[in-house]
Amino acid sequence: MASEKSSGTFAVKVGLAQMLKGGVIMDVTTAEEARIAEEAGAVAVMALERVPADIRRDGGVARMSDPTMIKAIKAAVTIPVMAKARIGHFVEAQILEALGVDYIDESEVLTPADEIHHINKHNFKVPFVCGCRDLGEALRRIAEGAAMIRTKGEAGTGNVVEAVRHCRAVMGAIRQLQTMDDDELYVYAKEIRAPVELVRQVKTLGRLPVVNFAAGGVATPADAALMMQLGMDGVFVGSGIFKSGDPASRARAIVQAVTHYNNPAVLAEVSSNLGEPMVGIDIREKGFNSYAQRSE
Amino acid sequence: MATGDATPAPRIRVGVLALQGSFREHMTLLQKVPGVEVVEVRTKDELESVAGLIIPGGESTTMALVAERWGLIPELRSFAKAGKPVWGTCAGMIFLAEGAEGQKEGGQTLLGGLDITVSRNFFGAQINSFETRLPAPECVKSHGSTDDFRAVFIRAPAVLAAGPGVEVLAEYALTPEERAKHGRDKVIVGVRKGVLMATAFHPELTTDIRWHQAFVDMVRAHAGEAGGVPGKAPPPLYENLGRLPNRPPDMPIYGQEFLKREDL
Repeated sequence: MASEKSSGTFAVKVGLAQMLKGGVIMDVTTAEEARIAEEAGAVAVMALERVPADIRRDGGVARMSDPTMIKAIKAAVTIPVMAKARIGHFVEAQILEALGVDYIDESEVLTPADEIHHINKHNFKVPFVCGCRDLGEALRRIAEGAAMIRTKGEAGTGNVVEAVRHCRAVMGAIRQLQTMDDDELYVYAKEIRAPVELVRQVKTLGRLPVVNFAAGGVATPADAALMMQLGMDGVFVGSGIFKSGDPASRARAIVQAVTHYNNPAVLAEVSSNLGEPMVGIDIREKGFNSYAQRSE
Repeated sequence: MATGDATPAPRIRVGVLALQGSFREHMTLLQKVPGVEVVEVRTKDELESVAGLIIPGGESTTMALVAERWGLIPELRSFAKAGKPVWGTCAGMIFLAEGAEGQKEGGQTLLGGLDITVSRNFFGAQINSFETRLPAPECVKSHGSTDDFRAVFIRAPAVLAAGPGVEVLAEYALTPEERAKHGRDKVIVGVRKGVLMATAFHPELTTDIRWHQAFVDMVRAHAGEAGGVPGKAPPPLYENLGRLPNRPPDMPIYGQEFLKREDL
């Protein structure tokens, strides 16, 4: 007799993210790049048509990738393949689920399809990761069904400052929450615009109830270790790898840095001779287009 | 440890390979087993200090590459050869297998030692990940509670063939669609031989500590005279940093429903 089985349960959705902890998820645009990422030790790849740095440069509307390209990347590697859908674009998400991607990133890096509503992620068996800038935003995404959270940072800048800001905002708010009286949680939940049940859970756990990765501006092994020492569970690297001088070496180094983030001697060794890092963007520059602020 | 023991079992140190993946989850469950001291293993020194090792779930290619970079592969191989128990879950099962199908292009480094052939992503992509209940083997049942256990499979491998003398601990009966796809009725998902144990599912994602108890039994049985705690565990590397890294608290253990926690 066949065993009774349940797929798409919350434990199974969060479970894959738990297996990715302590790892690096890399943006790739071709099967070749995906192979380089896998060889470097990436725990997963994010398949997308253009890395965020190119989206910034080219402008225009950024959408879900062509399924042909996602299929080619899926065929090229054995590690999980993630792909991005536009915020609120649940049909792109349906397509990605049909393609059998392992995780969907409902991402502010693509041009939002709905400026008010995110995807109702409870309707899907495939798990979702979403970006946040603070605790309230993280909990709103979890309430919608996200099984993994990442900082938004500022994708495509090679500048870690916004990822650090968002990480500290979430962690600081959790520490503050843990000192609060239970009677105060109702008003606090209202202030941060999050469901009070989730706020209560975070107070009990002392952490977000799902896996929490850093993203948006990580470009060096030191950046990755910084995010890990700040208490993140793992790291996404987007443009930082394939916009640098020597992607394979840099990718390998960032993987090592995320495992050995506590060990400055190892970090010194892996940071050596990596070639040119990606050229960064100072987000205080005039006319800077913030992706993080495209959604709430 | 069987209930009703008059003398408390001696302390024993068990390591969890902490290169990547669900090592924290394993540590949390191990700490529930009486008389066990748990150590994160990233270096040769840390490996030498433990009497048994768990290789957690995660990405087997990542773990292999990180381990290789720091020369840990030969050390891990000789660890099991020296008669110290190793338990691999999911990625860890792939690591311990003598052969694996569906590897990345160019293959991947395996520790080997366990006479099984596994299929890396036997069940397919994440939408095919699932949980179920399976009958518990004797070594798990002996720790009480129910006759079955909760088995969570995440992009899981399965054992296609096991050599002579390999003890089958758990089997999964395929659904009709899976049968049509794979041309077989069932697959092996838990095995043991000598000091090596491997499971395709993740006991560390559940509240059931009986698999960890069964592994600690193995470690105790092989620890011998030394009592399983050879010397001191090496100190953590935090001293060099000038600040303690923020260590995220443990993830909760979830049931099937959205945010429905289960208490350990």
